[in-house]
Amino acid sequence: MDTALLNRLKDIAISDSGFIFDPYSGATFNTNETGRFILQLLKEGNGIDAIQSEIRKHFKTSEEDLRSDIYEFINLLMEAQLLPKSFQC
Amino acid sequence: MDQPKTSYEKPVLVKYQNGSSDKFGRLQAITPMTHIDGWPVQDLIEKYGSPLFVFSERTMVHKCRELKELLALRYPKFQLAWSFKTNYLNAICRVFDREGSWAEVVSEFEFEKALRLGIPSSRIILNGPYKTESALERALKGGTRIHIDHFDELSLLEKVADRLGMRPEVGIRVNFSLSSVPNWDRFGFNLENGQASSAVKRLTTGKRLTLSGLHCHIGTFVLDPQAYREATAKMALFAKQLCDEMGLSIKWIDLGGGFASTNTLHSQYLPGNQVTPSFSQYVEAIAEGLENLNGPTSELPLLFLETGRALIDEAGYLLATVQANKRLSDGRRAVVVDTGIHHLITSLWYRHEIVPAQEFNGTFEPTAIFGPLCMNLDVIRANILYPPLKVGDRLVIKTVGAYNVTQWMQFITLRPNVVMISRNGQCDIIRHKETLDHLVALEEVPPWI
Repeated sequence: MDTALLNRLKDIAISDSGFIFDPYSGATFNTNETGRFILQLLKEGNGIDAIQSEIRKHFKTSEEDLRSDIYEFINLLMEAQLLPKSFQC
Repeated sequence: MDQPKTSYEKPVLVKYQNGSSDKFGRLQAITPMTHIDGWPVQDLIEKYGSPLFVFSERTMVHKCRELKELLALRYPKFQLAWSFKTNYLNAICRVFDREGSWAEVVSEFEFEKALRLGIPSSRIILNGPYKTESALERALKGGTRIHIDHFDELSLLEKVADRLGMRPEVGIRVNFSLSSVPNWDRFGFNLENGQASSAVKRLTTGKRLTLSGLHCHIGTFVLDPQAYREATAKMALFAKQLCDEMGLSIKWIDLGGGFASTNTLHSQYLPGNQVTPSFSQYVEAIAEGLENLNGPTSELPLLFLETGRALIDEAGYLLATVQANKRLSDGRRAVVVDTGIHHLITSLWYRHEIVPAQEFNGTFEPTAIFGPLCMNLDVIRANILYPPLKVGDRLVIKTVGAYNVTQWMQFITLRPNVVMISRNGQCDIIRHKETLDHLVALEEVPPWI
């Protein structure tokens, strides 16, 4: 992941309860624990497989493939302009 | 020691909208409905399939008796007539018949259905703007009360009565303007422009019919009870005028239907369960209007009410199953369920209350609930703040008892089972789900194709 994007992501504030503040736009959001967890992993520069693997370690789930949910969440972050449309994971 | 894992939930992201809230803008509580009249929703679906219409006999009987008890307190002579078009499944009609209701029908098909159910012809009211000659003949022979809608029907009825050598008692349908509801002038003869008086003169001078009843139907989903006070007063004063000026004795006044249920119209700001008038308010308003009648009780006209929706809507539930979650282009969540507008025509009129049938956790999100049709119009709720749903979760769509199982259609998918839960907890199918055989049985392929 490029440095500028990592810095942008690092500047996004996330509280323990899932409250998100984007200092660039002033927009605020709410996310659930899974969303908070994924966002944190994205901030650390993790890719899709690593994120999926970490979710399995941290959460109790019988879902066979979590990639649809992760990509859907990334699309939501793009729609919210928390990630650029060009983001690749 | 390892910490127990947290349950996984699909990740969500909900943007806070500043400035859009007001004093009513709080999140509305959604309480899961796991049981209907003692039956677990999950069990009902496992036994009868999904989607599934469920009717509560207990609610029907309760509503019917509540209305009758209130009427009995305010007017000595009244009779409910079950509006067949609201829901004419045999079992539903049978419940209201057993509770003492007459039948109100608006077509020959409904008339035939009522007769086949064993309802005596003399306990049927024949309304509607289109009555066939054969229906009129049958109605006259059986003593059915006929409410004449227009002059052509009056002439046709005279012809049939003449052929049968009868001089039956009939009613005419009357319409008028009211201060708080739109003027429904398509049914009957207008009072203000003199058409109703002309119809009475035409009828009495024809000497083949006797005018004994007046009928009106002021609208549908009438949220202002005072409209009934005004309408009843107009009907009562017209009856007095006919008595005073023409010596006619009006033996019955029929106020039609129109009471609202607790559903919420798309145009309504507050939810229906907060603003829909109670039966008590409607009855009070009607009783005030009836004060324009006077005379001994024995001479007071019989009051008919053809209340349909308000008696059956809350007794009906539609159970559905979540088939998919997806995202729309604006990031909004969409849920696809296995029932749609073809089963639930009333979703065009109402913001139906839809609740999960199981406990839920998680962040509420703006959500669209779509049906299974490959049609853009198949929207059950366009935007509702809703908790996360998983594929296979069950939903209960509430207050669907009126007009859906009469106006539903076979379209893309087939119509589902309908069950009724009795007051003692027994659950039975009252209409079987369709199969492809039912559908194609009426079709023909000509040999030249």
